[in-house]
Amino acid sequence: MIHTSHLVKQFGSFKAVDEINLEIGRGEIFGFLGANGAGKTTTIRMLCGLLKPSSGEIRIDNLDIIKHSEQIKHKLGYMSQKFSLYPDLKAIENLQFYAGIYRVSFEPALKRLEPILEQFGLSSILKTLTQDLPMGYKQRLSLVAALMHDPPLVFLDEPTSGVDPQARREFWQVINDLAQSGKTIIVSTHFMDEAEYCHRVIIMQDGREVALGNPAELKQEYGSANMQELFLKVLGVSDAKL
Amino acid sequence: MPSFSRIRAIAEKEVFHILRDSRTLVIIFLMPLLQLIIFGYAMNMEIRQVPLLVDDLAMNSSSRALVDAFVNTDYFQLVPKEAGTLQPDELFRERRAQASLSIPKDFGASEHRVLLRIDASDPNSAQMIQNYALGIVNSTGIQTDAGIDLRAQILYNPDLKSSFFFVPGLIALILVMVCALLTSISISREKEMGTMEQILVSPVSATEILFGKVIPYLVLGLLDALIILAVGMLLFQVPFRGDFSVFLLFTFLYVLTSLCLGLLVSTVAKTQQAAMMMALGMTLLPTLLLSGYMFPISSMPVILQKLTYIIPASYYLQIIRGIMLKGNNIAQLYQAGLSLLGMSVLMLIVAARRFKLRLS
Repeated sequence: MIHTSHLVKQFGSFKAVDEINLEIGRGEIFGFLGANGAGKTTTIRMLCGLLKPSSGEIRIDNLDIIKHSEQIKHKLGYMSQKFSLYPDLKAIENLQFYAGIYRVSFEPALKRLEPILEQFGLSSILKTLTQDLPMGYKQRLSLVAALMHDPPLVFLDEPTSGVDPQARREFWQVINDLAQSGKTIIVSTHFMDEAEYCHRVIIMQDGREVALGNPAELKQEYGSANMQELFLKVLGVSDAKL
Repeated sequence: MPSFSRIRAIAEKEVFHILRDSRTLVIIFLMPLLQLIIFGYAMNMEIRQVPLLVDDLAMNSSSRALVDAFVNTDYFQLVPKEAGTLQPDELFRERRAQASLSIPKDFGASEHRVLLRIDASDPNSAQMIQNYALGIVNSTGIQTDAGIDLRAQILYNPDLKSSFFFVPGLIALILVMVCALLTSISISREKEMGTMEQILVSPVSATEILFGKVIPYLVLGLLDALIILAVGMLLFQVPFRGDFSVFLLFTFLYVLTSLCLGLLVSTVAKTQQAAMMMALGMTLLPTLLLSGYMFPISSMPVILQKLTYIIPASYYLQIIRGIMLKGNNIAQLYQAGLSLLGMSVLMLIVAARRFKLRLS
């Protein structure tokens, strides 16, 4: 589904992303882990066409992301790190807008997403102004908005920051279901417990890959009891430092 | 090929913003009204009720006829008699008199000269007082001292009412300011809030975004123009001699030009603050100074005259003054209209090319 080779992003003299090579398959939940500034968001922004790589190649469904950007944009849904629905629009109006700019008819799309709306408890608040919703609901609404056009590839940049643990679990339940239905999910997070939900993760530091693989296998390889420990070990940080 | 349904999705969303955001409504409705009232009453360039001290040594029918001619206008009022005991210079200094008229003893018989002294600490008013006084003296049929009988015929605004001059100008000024603000803020707000990122990920093209933003504000801009026109006519009794449909057509073009200017600003400005500053900077002073609103273009240095070609208001001023005061028709205005259309298209193309579909 996604292929990158020698992906580099340079801002002036600062290399935000340095030689990232990925091969992500269909239906996979792929996690980006790393501290703030490790290059997760920059990589995701390049993968969904928001940033142009300084060098290297990105292919999505075997299409070059620069040459076929128009075609690729239809295939991907994106939920940015910053909450980015319109606060002065009602929840349903936000969804209508995203259906509109992807040129899908709203009613069928809403019908298709009904199970998720139910699961998220959003059905009853569709007429509410988005600014009046609690943070957890806003995040869920963002995810639904990103799914309006039924994209096979979904990018979630820190989707659960600022959300309570219970809501996070529900959120991941839906992500899991989406992957099971065949969607490819790219997610970044700094919650190590969430990494367990991913099929594979890449741990990044200073724009480079420091570890890549299945969470269980990585834990075994590094002899760590949990992801938190693994993360610190991989980055070469002792517990005391954090 | 831009998709109509995408443009509509963006335009509809924009309408929700407009209806729910009180700030936009303030820009659209309150700002123009306040400006009209403040500018309208503060920038009054007429003279009215100038305190005139009369020293009539003749006291005959001719001198009385002359004094009556002054008093019977709205422009002058007599300084009350009791103040006459003071020296004229003192009255000028205390601003109790702005002009004095001295009529010599044998006025009307052997003497034809009268002396008009004017306080010129405000040269503009002094100039106007002199013109008015000359006009009054001429109208009485009495020759002035040099014996020159000057008769100017003043067209379109025979009373030289300054409201005739500033109301059309204000329509031009307010529209360009408001419209440039609206589009530039609307786009920079999306950049600031991060919602633009979400739009950029989608297959929407720059042209679709720009059209979707312009269309709702075109309607609003026209509505704004009508409000300013109506209030201007009501408060300041400005005539409207032309055809209303001509007004709508050309105002549409001007609003479009102004909105496109805002779009252009938004391709440069990253924050709402910056957009606001730039939009105001590019419209307020250039329109005031270089459009022919305050200073006639023909009396500007050649370089500045060339510069007025890129000021949208310089075209619209010809148009709006032409329609309101002279009753111009399309044939007399189409060149100015085409210039506005050309500017809009050019700015739209540049904005679409500069509009980045990626983050920087």
